[in-house]
Amino acid sequence: MPESLSPASARATSRTEGALLAVDLEGPWRLDQDTPRWTALIAGAKPASVRLSADGVSHWDTSLIAFLGEAQLWCKESGVACDIAPLPPKMRLLSSQFEEALRTRGQEDHSTSLVVEVGVATGFLLQQYRNFLQFVGECWIDTTRLVSGKAGLRWGDCVAEMQRCGAMALPIVSLISFLVGVTLAYSGSIVLKRFGGEIWVADLIGVAMTREMGCLMAAVVLSGRTGAAFAAEIGSMKANEEIDALSTLGISPIRFLVMPRVLALGLMMPLLAMYANCLGILGGMAVAFATLDIPPAAYWVEMLTIVTVQDIAVGLIKAVVFGLIVGLTGCLRGLEAERNASGVGRAATSAVVTAILLIIVADALFAVIFNFMGL
Amino acid sequence: MIQDAIPAIEVKGLECNYEETTVLKDVSFKVKKSEIFFIIGGSGCGKTTLLRNMVGLIRPVAGEVLFNGQSFTNADSANRRNMLKTFGMLFQSGALWTSLTLAENIALPLEEYTHLPADEIRNIAAFKLAQVGLTGFETHYPSEISGGMRKRAGLARALALDPSIVFFDEPSAGLDPVSARLLDELIVQIRDTFGTTIVIVSHDVDSIFGIADRAIMLDRTAKGIIAEGRPSDLAEKSDNPMVVEFLTRRAHRAV
Repeated sequence: MPESLSPASARATSRTEGALLAVDLEGPWRLDQDTPRWTALIAGAKPASVRLSADGVSHWDTSLIAFLGEAQLWCKESGVACDIAPLPPKMRLLSSQFEEALRTRGQEDHSTSLVVEVGVATGFLLQQYRNFLQFVGECWIDTTRLVSGKAGLRWGDCVAEMQRCGAMALPIVSLISFLVGVTLAYSGSIVLKRFGGEIWVADLIGVAMTREMGCLMAAVVLSGRTGAAFAAEIGSMKANEEIDALSTLGISPIRFLVMPRVLALGLMMPLLAMYANCLGILGGMAVAFATLDIPPAAYWVEMLTIVTVQDIAVGLIKAVVFGLIVGLTGCLRGLEAERNASGVGRAATSAVVTAILLIIVADALFAVIFNFMGL
Repeated sequence: MIQDAIPAIEVKGLECNYEETTVLKDVSFKVKKSEIFFIIGGSGCGKTTLLRNMVGLIRPVAGEVLFNGQSFTNADSANRRNMLKTFGMLFQSGALWTSLTLAENIALPLEEYTHLPADEIRNIAAFKLAQVGLTGFETHYPSEISGGMRKRAGLARALALDPSIVFFDEPSAGLDPVSARLLDELIVQIRDTFGTTIVIVSHDVDSIFGIADRAIMLDRTAKGIIAEGRPSDLAEKSDNPMVVEFLTRRAHRAV
């Protein structure tokens, strides 16, 4: 083995012998080092025939095969005779396979047209709409079966979900709603100070928290915390064929997975909203005491002059609906997820985005309806 | 066949845990270069755990693994990366990255470990796919092909960096008998072409007799190797009834 004589790195040298281009390969050919390329060697040249030899090669792997294969393909495409007889049989076989693989590989189709894109996007939207309607329909059927006593609910799962989405969300709901109360108090006091009505900060925060911010903040937190978790969990169950396993056993995935979760959120959300109301009012009270010198008792009494049971009821009704929205979108996106890792990620993202969008839309609708009803 | 004095893989006094329980104790064996080596045994005997210890996915509790005489277990991170580059692994279900096409799956290790230009990487990916019989599937996603094809694509990815050792976790699991035999042929072909050392975890008796040069058998109660040798010798000459029963496919327990 003339290993001591061969160069330290891979080399391809070419000599012209009349119309023949003789290419000698030498040295160690390794994928992780720089190796010569056929395209660079042949650039511009137009020999009548090519002879490849690899007598000086001390080590080789796919990088050498790639060189030989590309050379063979080039020769075939430019109608040049290629002599590979000097190569060892194994190299000959592999480089021919390489050349064949290049010729027969699948062509990537990058062509797109506006019409096709628009059509596909429209089809996708329609499909999503149908999925949504079908899902709501299935939920409705399972709810009627549940109410009429034809099918049971897994209360154990439901209680476990209630703990996960309710009790365990308390710290973050506390922090966020307290800070919302603080922020509202600061910005409210800027306006109210102008006409010496600092005390009305209590009214402002009382109404804003109970009617709007309490349920809205709880819903936003839960859509990020719980809705995304539902989508990811159900999505990976789908990827793992667990949903199919339920279906083959005749167990409705809606009843088994969706109902306990949606119910848990529907029950927990008003409680969390109520809790958020209290924390928000507390936050406002703290700011009022610290910066506006309003004693908590005065704040409390002032607030009770405007906040009524109706306001609280409005907030709680909205909270129930928001809870159902978060639960349903989370489960729907999970069930629609593609069966792969990125599909699960997209499902979680989409669950949060859809839930927040629907919550804001529902909130606006409620504002109109309650205004109409005079609540 | 010429055998180098240094074994391709040497496992010394390996102890493996699965979660909190000890699965294997004091396991030692050697795998020669260019050998097709089987790790066999019934379910739950720690075959896969042993394999995951060997490739470094789990750190052994005790003992060490050497590749070409160099300790892998105690290697520093640079050496470890260099050693990881020299072996490929085919996971049980292929473990292809689902968000990448087949060609991109094979290109990824090449992009990470080499400085090859993009068009050459594409060419090599097409070649590796052709070697496992998947010509024309470059732009398919893993979810668009069958389980057997996914396994072959996983093999193409394991071969991307021309590894000197390839590990297989249950290559024939989930394949029909014909596909399983074709995969066996492919494994032998790879060994014959590149002189690759092959380590296979399996309980497919047909594969074991078909392609294994040597095998070790693990057992759950013994927590270690209960037999080592050529499969035909094990089946005929072993004095351990469990080994003979496993290889001749008779249930060895009434449980």
